[in-house]
Amino acid sequence: MEPLIAIVIGAIYASAIYMMLRRSIVKLVIGLILISNAANLLIFTTAGLTRGSPPLIPMDGSALPEVVADPLPQALVLTAIVIAFGVLSFSVVLIRRATEIMQVDDMDQMKENAK
Amino acid sequence: MRPEVILPILIPLLSGALSLLFWRSRTVQRVLGVVGTGALMIAAFVLFFRVQQEGYVVLQLGGWQAPYGISLVADLLGAIMVVLTGIIGFAVALFSLPTMGPGHEKFGYYPLMHLLLAGVAGAFLTGDIFNLYVWFEVMLLASFALLILGGERAQMEGAIKYVTLNLVSSVIFLSAVGLLYGALGTLNMAHIAERVSMVENSTLVDVLAVMFMVSFGIKAAAFPLFFWLPASYHTPPVAVSALFAGLLTKVGVYALFRVFTLIFNDSAAFTHEILLWGAALTMLTGVLGAAAQYEFRRILSFHIVSQIGYMIMGLALYTPLALIGGVFYILHHIIVKTNLFLVSGLVYRLKGSYELKKLGGVYAAWPLLGLLFLIPALSLAGIPPLSGFFAKFVLIRASIESGEVVITIIALLVGLLTLYSMTKIWAEAFWKKAPDEEEGGVAKPAALDRRQLWLMVTPIVGLAACTVFIGLNGQLFYDIASAAAAQLLDPQAYINAVMGAQP
Repeated sequence: MEPLIAIVIGAIYASAIYMMLRRSIVKLVIGLILISNAANLLIFTTAGLTRGSPPLIPMDGSALPEVVADPLPQALVLTAIVIAFGVLSFSVVLIRRATEIMQVDDMDQMKENAK
Repeated sequence: MRPEVILPILIPLLSGALSLLFWRSRTVQRVLGVVGTGALMIAAFVLFFRVQQEGYVVLQLGGWQAPYGISLVADLLGAIMVVLTGIIGFAVALFSLPTMGPGHEKFGYYPLMHLLLAGVAGAFLTGDIFNLYVWFEVMLLASFALLILGGERAQMEGAIKYVTLNLVSSVIFLSAVGLLYGALGTLNMAHIAERVSMVENSTLVDVLAVMFMVSFGIKAAAFPLFFWLPASYHTPPVAVSALFAGLLTKVGVYALFRVFTLIFNDSAAFTHEILLWGAALTMLTGVLGAAAQYEFRRILSFHIVSQIGYMIMGLALYTPLALIGGVFYILHHIIVKTNLFLVSGLVYRLKGSYELKKLGGVYAAWPLLGLLFLIPALSLAGIPPLSGFFAKFVLIRASIESGEVVITIIALLVGLLTLYSMTKIWAEAFWKKAPDEEEGGVAKPAALDRRQLWLMVTPIVGLAACTVFIGLNGQLFYDIASAAAAQLLDPQAYINAVMGAQP
């Protein structure tokens, strides 16, 4: 399972960077969204994928079972998703405002217009 | 319980929340702006003196023993940075009163300023690497909003670069934290430092080190990814520029100092060599960029980049003396750079432009303002007996002692070119005759009333006094910096302090 997810994450990173290198500002935002999701997936995966064993002590036991999923990365991912959501919604609004003011969707032309 | 560690974070958060409650009342927000930052400055000094007595002050949040909870750790470097945050916050809050228009104040300038200060103080005090990421984001979100306050054309273009580069840097940081957790299973920085030498795969550690270096390097505006800074810092209102110039990039530098002394100190030959070349190129490109500019704040922005190079050079040489120089340089730079931005704001208010070509005659009209510019400007260039001289002297001496000829020459050359830039501003804005309106000058703005003028001059005089004080008491500040550097070079003491602290 891990190798497959690792490849998927790599592909998302690659496509995000490709999108960010385009000149269009809308594609830049899509790239940003992709790259933050790739980072979230990466954290999720680095701690190892353990299926179907939550870190809960069973009713009739006094200790955790041998193999459980690590809950910490999931907490980290939750935090990271919330932060990324806030930052990305800000950048979407920013880019909407910017294109509204400048009337272009191209980084180079934007630089010309700003002068 | 050690409440003094968390107060520098809680005070701005509380003042920010209170200012939000009084959203409609500009007067209350203005009062809260001054009172809140003043309280932050006092709390920071209390923390500093406590740290000076005890070495490390640690607070385990929620009563969880490290490494299970989040630790807040104040060592000397962190405490110095928090004190500087307080001073800069207070000075900028005072300066904001007469310069921030009602348009900016109505859209939440003061709450955002408090939030930014909380994020900066949190980043300086946290002992947990994921928590550091969170404070970075708090600081960034506040800075994004501050940067586009007013929504002018130039601000938009700068903001897009700023937001993109900083987001990318955050993502790299986050990925590095994830991989680090995968390798070591812990997020507490002291615990990471303990475990990192146990990792068998040293290539993985080096890769992680470089990821942190790139991410913090972007935030610190180091070569090659520095261009977001000169593209954006000259666009917002000047109080915001001054706040950013003093504090934001220095958080990146602080993170580099923390991570590359505490965690990644094993393969210094590899990582610190990269840092050294990065520092040299940062200095050079920054100062050369400044030489080509003719806008007051753009020149100063490029100089932030070149000065960051000096600080990283202190870290990269990695000798006790060099680290002392690095800490001293940060201390001096934050005060001087903020002051220069404030002076540029005052000149703008008096003469109506930031363009050097359109300025002139400031010295003839206000000779004392000329003096106020000269103090930080000469200090930046490193003229004795001002603070910059001692900072540069220690650094260059350290680089000669470690036999790095090239970086020594570059550092000296950059100092000379800095002086050239400052002379350029002096000659164009202060000395030459002001151009008439027909010759491309601008109309003089409305005269300032006395109260406004005093509010603008007070923080500038205060910060200039700090510069002179640091210069005249070089030994005192050298001792403080050397105590901070000694702590940085002794990671074991940091680990013991954090892991041994009772909740």
